Amino acid sequence: MTHRSLILKLLSAAIVFGAWEIAGRIPISFAFPTFIDSMAALFAMIADGSLFAAFGETLRPLAVGVAISAFFGIVLGLWIGLSGWFDWLFSPIFVVMQAAPLAALIPLLVMVYGIGLTSKVFVVCIMAMPVIVLNTAGAVRNTPASLKEMGRAFLGNRRDIILKIVIPAASPIIFSGLRLGVSAGFIGAILAELKITPTGVGDIITYSRSVADYPSMYAAIFSIIVLAVLFLNLLERLEHTLFRGNIRGYASD
Amino acid sequence: MPQTDLAGTDEAPADAPELAVTVRGVSKNYGSVEALRNLSLDFPRGQLTALLGPSGCGKTTLLKIIAGLLEPSAGEVRVNGRPVTGPGPDRAFVFQDFALLPWATVLRNVAFGLELRGVARAEREAIAERYIAQVGLSGFEQSYPHELSGGMRQRVGLARALSVDAEVLLMDEPFSAVDEQTRRKFQEDLLGLVARENKTFIFVTHSIEEAVYVSDQVAILLPRPSRVSEIIRPQGLRTKDVANIRRDPEYLDIVDRIWNSLRSYVE
Ligand SMILES: Nc1ncnc2c1ncn2[C@@H]1O[C@H](COP(=O)(O)OP(=O)(O)OP(=O)(O)O)[C@@H](O)[C@H]1O
Ligand SMILES: [Mg+2]
Repeated sequence: MTHRSLILKLLSAAIVFGAWEIAGRIPISFAFPTFIDSMAALFAMIADGSLFAAFGETLRPLAVGVAISAFFGIVLGLWIGLSGWFDWLFSPIFVVMQAAPLAALIPLLVMVYGIGLTSKVFVVCIMAMPVIVLNTAGAVRNTPASLKEMGRAFLGNRRDIILKIVIPAASPIIFSGLRLGVSAGFIGAILAELKITPTGVGDIITYSRSVADYPSMYAAIFSIIVLAVLFLNLLERLEHTLFRGNIRGYASD
Repeated sequence: MPQTDLAGTDEAPADAPELAVTVRGVSKNYGSVEALRNLSLDFPRGQLTALLGPSGCGKTTLLKIIAGLLEPSAGEVRVNGRPVTGPGPDRAFVFQDFALLPWATVLRNVAFGLELRGVARAEREAIAERYIAQVGLSGFEQSYPHELSGGMRQRVGLARALSVDAEVLLMDEPFSAVDEQTRRKFQEDLLGLVARENKTFIFVTHSIEEAVYVSDQVAILLPRPSRVSEIIRPQGLRTKDVANIRRDPEYLDIVDRIWNSLRSYVE
């Protein structure tokens, strides 16, 4: 089963990379390097250690922002989902946040918090939090009424019902919100580096574009995508170990 | 959440010692829908009462009011003479839609009532295993609900209710998802259970035959707004051999009588 899904994943990766290589060879734009050139640039950056240094810079606001968003996002989402009053108070804020064009807010953030880590963490949070909050709240609100009723009938107190029924029942959607939030957080981290001060991976992208070193630029973009995918897989693994029964036969296996 | 006290601390109330549950003048409105109107019914201790009535007449509603899951709009329910203000350890519920935790194994589902009561893991799992065996699910302890058939899921719900050892068992169509053979076996098992354990069973069913077969009394409910139209107490059936009940003239008589009184509502 896992075998087949692994083969499928490798196959789709091969198709994407093949298309990239072909597109680079035509070339569709002189600013679009081939896959092989980009990989060569990637290995060069790995070899001289500049990529790791860049990741060290980028991951800081990303990790802090994602951790804050995940924690407060889930807590707030639980609250909003459990209390109608909280829902009324907070839901609109996150709906607006999710819809708002974030780039427009960045100058404002820089004005208030300067160009340091704080602003970047904020950007990550603004990107990641709304979807986590809204997914969590929606999932909690949709807990099957019959399960909650069962919990009450068997004398569960409110805490037990939340911990043993509401949260596990909501967990698949909470996790899908986390996955979306983390992806958005990655975008936010790079966006912050491109718009606020060029550091880390954003710096590589900005700098290599300015000197027309397109393979390095694409290598940097590629590496951040790989990191995001790896992290999302890790999250999925975590979900499966925490909530085993949630694996209820997905279509892919 | 208010709860009635543990049954152990209980001196027999003077008014009705042999009535486990009394329902007095209960009405229930869902907005403009009047589900129950001024319904009164007694449930003798140690006996099985079937609630029989057309679909949507309020059987589940009545059961949930007795369980303390729903507040009646008017009237009062007493269990062992004490007014019901919420769910209590003296009552256990078998849900019409099973209400199993999809992410938990059969073992954890059956033990869940005990888990919520704070019983230690080893102890509650030992108890759960016993009831899993009793409902014929040995070997499925580690299965998840989605791996079971409808009838098996229903048995998990039954085992969960049995394992908390409540005095009053509220069963909402517990045999609706099983085939006829299994159903007959369950009915026999239920009769055994009623005879063996001194519990009070309140049992919702759509089947006239089933109601007459398993019950000490059958309460026939009218369509919405529901009241009790008739209470039938099969007299001589309990003493007869289970295998012969279905051929007994009294059994056939009663089935006929109930059918005749229900038919007017179907038409
Ligand atoms: N939560 C609710 N909100 C509004 N109306 C409800 C609600 N629950 C039940 N009702 C109504 O109350 C009536 C009685 O419902 P109930 O579930 O008690 O019927 P029932 O006798 O158990 O039916 P069935 O045999 O089909 O299970 C129905 O007409 C239903 O429409
Ligand atoms: Mg019902």
